[in-house]
Amino acid sequence: MSETTYLEAIRDAMREEMLRDDSVFILGEDVGRYGGAFKITEGFLDEFGPDRVIDTPISEAAIVGAAIGAAHMGMRPIAEMQFIDFIAPAFDMIVNFAAKSRYRTGIGAGIVIRGPCGGGARSGPFHSQNVESFFANVPGLKMVAPATARDAKGLLIAAIRDPDPVLYFEHKFLYRRIKEEMAPGEEIVVPIGEARLHREGTDLTIVTYGAMVWKSAEAADRLAEEDGADIEVIDLRSIRPLDIDAIVGSVKKTGRLLIVHEAPKFGGFAGEITAQVCEEAFEWLDAPIRRVTAIDTPVPYAPTLEDYYLPQTEDIVAAARWLLAY
Amino acid sequence: MYRFLLLTRTLEERLESLFKQGHVIGGLYRCLGQEATAVGSAWALEKGDWLAPSIRDAGALYVRGLPAIEMLRQYTARALSPCAGKDNTTHFTIPELGLLGPISPLGTQLCVLNGVALAFKQRGEDRVCLTYQGEGASRTGASHEGFAMAAALNLPIVVVLEHNRWSFGTPSNRAAAVEDWADTAGAYGLPVRSVDGNDLLEVYEASRQAVERARSGGGPGVIVAETYRMLGHAQHDSQRYIPPEELEEWRHRDPIQRFEKVLLDDGWLSEAGLQEIRDDVDREITESVETVLAESYPPSESARTRVFADPALDPPEPWTRILSPEAGAR
Repeated sequence: MSETTYLEAIRDAMREEMLRDDSVFILGEDVGRYGGAFKITEGFLDEFGPDRVIDTPISEAAIVGAAIGAAHMGMRPIAEMQFIDFIAPAFDMIVNFAAKSRYRTGIGAGIVIRGPCGGGARSGPFHSQNVESFFANVPGLKMVAPATARDAKGLLIAAIRDPDPVLYFEHKFLYRRIKEEMAPGEEIVVPIGEARLHREGTDLTIVTYGAMVWKSAEAADRLAEEDGADIEVIDLRSIRPLDIDAIVGSVKKTGRLLIVHEAPKFGGFAGEITAQVCEEAFEWLDAPIRRVTAIDTPVPYAPTLEDYYLPQTEDIVAAARWLLAY
Repeated sequence: MYRFLLLTRTLEERLESLFKQGHVIGGLYRCLGQEATAVGSAWALEKGDWLAPSIRDAGALYVRGLPAIEMLRQYTARALSPCAGKDNTTHFTIPELGLLGPISPLGTQLCVLNGVALAFKQRGEDRVCLTYQGEGASRTGASHEGFAMAAALNLPIVVVLEHNRWSFGTPSNRAAAVEDWADTAGAYGLPVRSVDGNDLLEVYEASRQAVERARSGGGPGVIVAETYRMLGHAQHDSQRYIPPEELEEWRHRDPIQRFEKVLLDDGWLSEAGLQEIRDDVDREITESVETVLAESYPPSESARTRVFADPALDPPEPWTRILSPEAGAR
């Protein structure tokens, strides 16, 4: 066994799927000769050749469009957005073409669109966003956001094999900070739509995903130590389909729900979770549902601004204490 | 070829009556005046090739093997329509006929058809793609990106740019500051050929050459078809903004009349022969209309199906019904 980083897990998932299945290929900006902006596909061009590791023009709509067409022909494309912020120019192609294809025509678009999301890397408004809410209101799309290296690999393999479009949000802050034991070549498939219990507890449920899993876990540790509170942390892993059963099951146990995400609050995904829990488990709640999210601004650049913008462990601890005392 | 030109026009005339009678759901988009561009270019393809139409290329679909009755089902939103009532007009994808359905945001089907062409190339198959866009659609970001990608990857794809003078209510001189639309296509470094889009055989010949070049690894090609949209954008559009003398001028260049003249003058068909085809097309359409009007809309609850792959819930793919064992282009 060896330690595999979150970034290496993503690389391993793609490489192993490309070795397993000739129809899997990668297209995107600087993925070939340069090896990817974060060096995730380093060496791929030499190993798999220019027909399967395709450098494209800076044309996100054309990248996603070509992925859709190739998928119609039975290929398994992985389209890379160099930063997930750059998914915006491909919005039409994802929302109007990929998401609606099976519904309109009976022919699905089994594509993966992956890209680095999230803040904390001091990268400013256009290299730091979390875009899940842009797409949450679009039927026909699946969305995943792994927090662990194992899930990074397992969800990507599942996404590549999925017959429908999957948006895969990899958190750049976790790329080299998160690592775990994984056997090389170990085939891990994490089913899309299943949450993971990150930490078991009885007093309060924190529902979160992506990098916020680690801040939430840190907050839970502090609350255990300083308050003797027993916090449950659920890592959604998949944003859509949403594992509402796991959330409701936990809420029925703890009676208190805190939702943590890195995207801004207004129209953020926490709102959807709140509504569903109110519909399905209102009687079990002992306190209002609370949200800890980014503030409702673009992602700012200066460290003092970005730290203020992002949800911090302190914020999670404070919100949890408020809920526990309610 | 004559039959497909005629089918396009006659079916749409019938659809216009059905529209007035309230049988057509939503809008009706006519191809009047542009039939030769669609039929002539699609004729250049072979079985196994793929084609993505735009809204005024119904004739290309018939050439690829789509029975006329399916277009009637589409426009009347029947359960048996290729989109099973979930989308309209030419928006269906039928792999066995090599048809990729476009969507309403324009220019996008070029980007997607690029992917089909890419798969052909990756697998070393000598198959070709062909798609259409109006000069209006060619102004979208998707179109520019699609051209850039096709050129950069040297894909086997032919784009027919239909310069029909009007994007909805806006004349083409408001879409780009060029006299000759071949200049816009040339910007991608691709070979361009301009043709009289109302001359069926000229369109066919240029398309055949472009398709052949693409098939032999020569990369994408562009054909600029000079034509005219003889009706408004859709049935609701009274076309008041179009100068009457311009319409009159183009009426004399009607593609079907011109091809009839060629057939008669060159002795391919007699007047009686033409009439026989007209009668045959009429009969097919009349029978199809009768069949389709007796069919039902899809059941309401089917609105929920087919968002994601689900073999347990999905009805059989609607297009499988359309195909006979010998299906395929021509």
